[in-house]
Amino acid sequence: MAAVLESLLREEVSVAAAVRWIARGAQSSEGDAGEAAALSSLRPLRKEFVPFLLNFLREQSSRVVPQGPPTPAKTPGSSAALPGRPGGPPRGGRGARSQLFPPTEPLSAAAEAPAARRGGRRRGPGQARERGGRGPGSLEEGVGGESPLWAGSRRPRAAGSPSRARSDPPNLSNLEEFPPVGSVPPGSAGRTKPSRRINPTPVSEERSLSKPKTCFTSPPINCVPGPQPSVLDSSPWGQGLTAGCRSLQEEREMLRKERSKQLQQSPAPACPTPESGSSLPTRTGNLTAEPADPAKVSSRQRLELVALVYSSCIAENLVPNLFLELFFVLQLLTARRMVAAKSSDLEPSPGVLGSPESPLFQSVHDCVFFAVQVLEHQFQVLSCLDKGTLKLLAENERLLCFSPALQGRLRAAYEGSVAKVSLAMPPAVQAVSFQPETDNRANFSSDRAFHTFKKQRDVFYEVLREWEDRHEEPGWDFEKGLGSRIRAMMGQLSAACSHSHFVRLFQKQLLQMCQSPGGAGGTILGEAPDVLSVLGADKLGRLRRLQERLAAPQSSGGPCPPPSFPGCQAFFRDFILSAGSFQFNQHLMDSLSLKIRELNGFVLPQPEASEEDGEADVDWQGERRQFAVVLLSLRLLAKFLGFVAFLPYRGPEPPPTRELQDSILALRSQVPPVLDVRALLQQGLRAHRAVLTVPWLVEFLSLADHIVPMLDYYRSIFSLLLHLHRSLVLSKDSDGEMCFLNKLLLLAVLGWLFQIPTVPEDLFFVEEGQVDVFEMDTETSEHGLDGVPVVDQHLLYTCCPYIGELRKLLAVWVSGSSGRSGGFVRKITPTTTTSLGAPPLRTTQGLQAQLAQAFFHNQPPSLRRTVEFVAERIGSNCVKHIKATLVADLVHQAESLLQEQLVTQRQEGGDPGQLLEILCSQLCPHGAQALTQGREFCQKKSPGAVRALLPEETPAAVLSSAENIAVGLAIEKACTWLSANITALIRREVKAAVSRVLRAQGPEPAARGCRRGCSRACEHRAPLPSHLISAIKDVLSVAVGPRDPEEGVSPEHLEQLLGQLGQTLRCRQFLCPPAEQHLAKCSVELASLLVADQIPVLGPPAQHQLERGQARRLLHTLLSLWKDDFQVPVPLQLLLSPRNVGLLADTRPREWDLLLFLLRELVEKGLMGRKEIEACLDSLREAQWPEDFAEELATLFNLFLAEPQVPEPQLRACELVQPNRGTVLAQS
Amino acid sequence: MILTKAQYDEIAQCLVSVPPTRQSLRKLKQRFPSQSQATLLSIFSQEYQKHIKRTHAKHHTSEAIESYYQRYLHGVGKNGAAPVLLELANEVDYAPSLMARIILERFLQEHEETPPSKSVINSLLRDPSQIPDGVLANQVYQCTVNDCCYGPLVDCIKHAIGHEHEILLRDLLLEKNLSFLDEDQLRAKGYDKTPDFILQVPVAVEGHIIHWIESKASFGDECSHHAYLHDQFWSYWNRFGPGLVIYWYGFIQELDCNRERGILLKACFPTDIVTLGHGAAAP
Repeated sequence: MAAVLESLLREEVSVAAAVRWIARGAQSSEGDAGEAAALSSLRPLRKEFVPFLLNFLREQSSRVVPQGPPTPAKTPGSSAALPGRPGGPPRGGRGARSQLFPPTEPLSAAAEAPAARRGGRRRGPGQARERGGRGPGSLEEGVGGESPLWAGSRRPRAAGSPSRARSDPPNLSNLEEFPPVGSVPPGSAGRTKPSRRINPTPVSEERSLSKPKTCFTSPPINCVPGPQPSVLDSSPWGQGLTAGCRSLQEEREMLRKERSKQLQQSPAPACPTPESGSSLPTRTGNLTAEPADPAKVSSRQRLELVALVYSSCIAENLVPNLFLELFFVLQLLTARRMVAAKSSDLEPSPGVLGSPESPLFQSVHDCVFFAVQVLEHQFQVLSCLDKGTLKLLAENERLLCFSPALQGRLRAAYEGSVAKVSLAMPPAVQAVSFQPETDNRANFSSDRAFHTFKKQRDVFYEVLREWEDRHEEPGWDFEKGLGSRIRAMMGQLSAACSHSHFVRLFQKQLLQMCQSPGGAGGTILGEAPDVLSVLGADKLGRLRRLQERLAAPQSSGGPCPPPSFPGCQAFFRDFILSAGSFQFNQHLMDSLSLKIRELNGFVLPQPEASEEDGEADVDWQGERRQFAVVLLSLRLLAKFLGFVAFLPYRGPEPPPTRELQDSILALRSQVPPVLDVRALLQQGLRAHRAVLTVPWLVEFLSLADHIVPMLDYYRSIFSLLLHLHRSLVLSKDSDGEMCFLNKLLLLAVLGWLFQIPTVPEDLFFVEEGQVDVFEMDTETSEHGLDGVPVVDQHLLYTCCPYIGELRKLLAVWVSGSSGRSGGFVRKITPTTTTSLGAPPLRTTQGLQAQLAQAFFHNQPPSLRRTVEFVAERIGSNCVKHIKATLVADLVHQAESLLQEQLVTQRQEGGDPGQLLEILCSQLCPHGAQALTQGREFCQKKSPGAVRALLPEETPAAVLSSAENIAVGLAIEKACTWLSANITALIRREVKAAVSRVLRAQGPEPAARGCRRGCSRACEHRAPLPSHLISAIKDVLSVAVGPRDPEEGVSPEHLEQLLGQLGQTLRCRQFLCPPAEQHLAKCSVELASLLVADQIPVLGPPAQHQLERGQARRLLHTLLSLWKDDFQVPVPLQLLLSPRNVGLLADTRPREWDLLLFLLRELVEKGLMGRKEIEACLDSLREAQWPEDFAEELATLFNLFLAEPQVPEPQLRACELVQPNRGTVLAQS
Repeated sequence: MILTKAQYDEIAQCLVSVPPTRQSLRKLKQRFPSQSQATLLSIFSQEYQKHIKRTHAKHHTSEAIESYYQRYLHGVGKNGAAPVLLELANEVDYAPSLMARIILERFLQEHEETPPSKSVINSLLRDPSQIPDGVLANQVYQCTVNDCCYGPLVDCIKHAIGHEHEILLRDLLLEKNLSFLDEDQLRAKGYDKTPDFILQVPVAVEGHIIHWIESKASFGDECSHHAYLHDQFWSYWNRFGPGLVIYWYGFIQELDCNRERGILLKACFPTDIVTLGHGAAAP
């Protein structure tokens, strides 16, 4: 590799040829023979050039005090140290190659086998050995001593806290001052994954031993947890490429010497500043940035050349992650300062180009120069960044200073940028609405299941609300707080049908809460620029504090955060984990897979070239939004599918031994994938729909476990993805190609995927040429999504929030503080179970359908959508209409038939099941009408709808065809459903009606039946029934006692009360049957009290009782109320109940006239039959009475019985005037 | 009538160990003349019910029942016309209707072979005339008619009040031209939880979107509100989204804290209603 760079530097080979060579192995005839010759000799090294370059750059920049989190570089060699596994000793005598790949981590004697297998490349013996590192089961074969492996891995840092190194004063110069660009982010200490970064290796034992933990509490800002590749990384190229064979051991030795020199030089070991020997300014990051000066750049030409090669690699997608490289470049741009290298150590050679032996970056000036060079090449990508980033870039003084031209272009881009990535407000949690069609009783197997699910829905939301309230409280734990409740709830979901209901609820709620970016819990971008513009640059101190506060919780975790479940997603993840239900997971996977398939089929009609611009724009906005919604939904669903599917296989680390791994592979390769994602990917690629399929597939794969990428099935997917990645060259912009932002999105998500801990690090560089080139389907390509600008900046940032890290980095530069680092905070590694069946085959379409297809072919796509939409809706409405008309009529018929049946069957006590059968057999044949009626409905409704939705100017013939097709489709939809379901529907409705009627038959037949409402003129001003019951109750309670001496009722009050009762009974607005029944009962009680003269009257003590005439008038009023106004049966027999008659026994003298009067009136008004009264009187005799009372009672009976059977009105009237016989009797 | 927690506590303080009689109510009204009677009655009733729930168990030990029954027998033995049962209830600080139920149950146990079913007891309480013992019938009747917190009459009044307010609300909705589905329609469609009204088109009340309205003809105190939240309001929210609860007799101001979350409390029909496509409705 070094040789290639050397050739370049010596101008033996042109950059273009080199890049061609790297990218394609170019034996191409282009380029001159000399170049070809120079390169072909290096052929075996071709593939390793890029990883080498990336590592080289990071190593070279290792002395830079960086901004922000580390920039991991993915290098095959740096991979796969197993956590907790001590690195092996170095081997002596590395060849030049090994120096180029210092991170190589040979782990075991067996290492070579996997390396050979996976790499599949021929190498020199030395190389093969070095390259073996990735094998998870491998162990270093060497012995003792410092591990060269570690030189390239970040393990050492991972093992200790990032700040630990910092605490070791004398060595600060190495680690703190030059934190490695790719070192472990905070919190990643426990990560299982070996770094893909080249990390500094603590040089000595003392370092690791002397780490005071206290330092962790105040990490220096410049020592951001994840700083960079250290000087200590063997960076051979910089230190003697020509020698080429200096071993790491030697380097280390050298470094150790260096350090001891420093120690001697710095009397204040706590805070050495290598440059000056004085102490570091502070630990909290007010480290001032060194000014960068273009004039002080050391070897321009060399830097330009490397920048060009680097940029070309980026442009050709030879680097795994475009944005990671940009991040790295911005780190260089914003480097605060650089530790000067000792000339004695570095032996710079005075060559024309700057000799290869000297460090590439000798100062901050060099770094900035290099960064600006690269940025110039990457302007196209930069111009697509958000406004805030562009502003920060354009305002960056270094950039202005080094390249005013680039600054000008950036400023122009900033000014021209309309897209602003807004911070969406997190949406309030909305519940999934209850839909009777899917959620009512008819959708459950039993009442019990229905009611259980009812409760579960409520428990689910209760849990969700509690989570919302409490998940941010310190110390609150999901499992502890909610786990048992969730499991109890899941335990009740016994029936499979309940599971599917619950899963539907769960999935809908998931989509509802997490689909929007706000709901994903993440602000899309850092606030920095916005804050800046608010505060102004002069309030930097405040800004910094604010920044720190803001950055901490919302940090997306560096430029390559691990897969995570931000915001509300965490709830759903934790719910799945806490529920721990196999059935639930299975149903969930089924449901997610189905939904993914459905959404993945999303069709976006291309805007017609012929359409007017304005019109197209309107459509376009909506369509783009629609695409975004579908894409985000898919990503969310796929992420959860991946999570659940790989959950059983999730583990913190890859299997420890090769044997174990092989057996696991053998097992796992048996398991069919949960969803045939490969087929979907292939389809997507073929149909030019990668922009939709790949982003969700990436989400799915990001949650795979360590084994997954080794399975043949998934390996082939990765191959496809790699191939795709390589093909997405941004600078190519030919017709039919993918749109720029579409490409950028794919590059971003793929780049991110390649950095996921579970994805083997060498995968990116190793895989090549194994891809069966997928064939693009030229037929469909025109309609593919890839060529349509469906992705906008907002969507890009929503899907890839980590792009916002670029902005943070720049903002931190402005604010003077250094950002938090991110990195892999944690990871979730879950795999597959069953696959869904093949998608249903399309039914063969008839000629008509083909004609319809043909018709649409040359029409604007909106026409087709309109027609399909209308047909779909009308068809559905038709079914509803049939339900509301035909079926409802049949149900009415059923009800009246049932009433008849009940009358005839009352004595026999008919069986409801039998009744239902009879009714259904009578009614179901009428269901046949549904088809005719449905047809009519569709014919009537569809054309109008189509007409209303299509443009006025649609040609008549097109319009009528569209109408006809809509009618046909609607009829097809409606009739298909109706013919299949109408009988069952009628049955169900009739059954419901029968049970309704039978239930209503039960306790209160009187409450049914036709009731009179109030008169039309009624203003509903009558007293409320509740008031009346209350008032009458008061009277009753006063009458019954006990009462205070001053308590009583005025006759006027009684009259008023009865008057109100009349009003209330006549205005029925507020009256309900139970209230009326109680009013009736109370009125009877009142009458009894009147008859017995038991109502205490207010007034002079002399007349403590109601005047007889008054009492009689009141009774009269009551009688007419009973007769005319009550619509419920009045329990008049209570008048003759022993208790009420007994009231008379207490009065002295007893007065029977009112009772007799009442009885006569009851008979006369037809309120009670004589027989009925006689029966009551008879039963009264059976009660026990005082002797005299019994006698009087008997006399009364006789009197009443002696009266004519059918009394005539005249007789009544005169009786009222004459002294009553009853009175006489009573007085006798 | 929206009360602060402090105001509410002051009223509740006066209700400790007050028997549920019309006399007590009268005094309460005199004590708080500025509060509406309905609100006072509702608070009284709720406080009393809480009290009964707390003490219920101790009146239902077999010793307690036996002692009440003996005292009853002794009392009516001396004078059957005296309010024996009512006074007993007041004396032991228990609801008269519930005391009547205890004694009636005990009486029937003694006089019938099979223990009486709940429905039999209920029907006898509703219509004491059917009680075989005339004296007991009068005593029971006296208890139920004098109890303003428990008993069949009170139940009916409460039911009627609830019904009336639903009707009232329905009329107001019709008047405002807000189309809705009522409970019966919802039930017919198979909804598992049914608020009084679901608006077919949501409206905004005081800036909050509402989909449903529940009418509560009672005072919203902490205890009842939390029970309603758990059993009804959140369930409605879970299905239909945010909604409005009208406590016609007022509520404790502090309970109206879930507005942002989608449960809005009012003590009357709102005036500030914004409908889709229109501005605020005329108050």
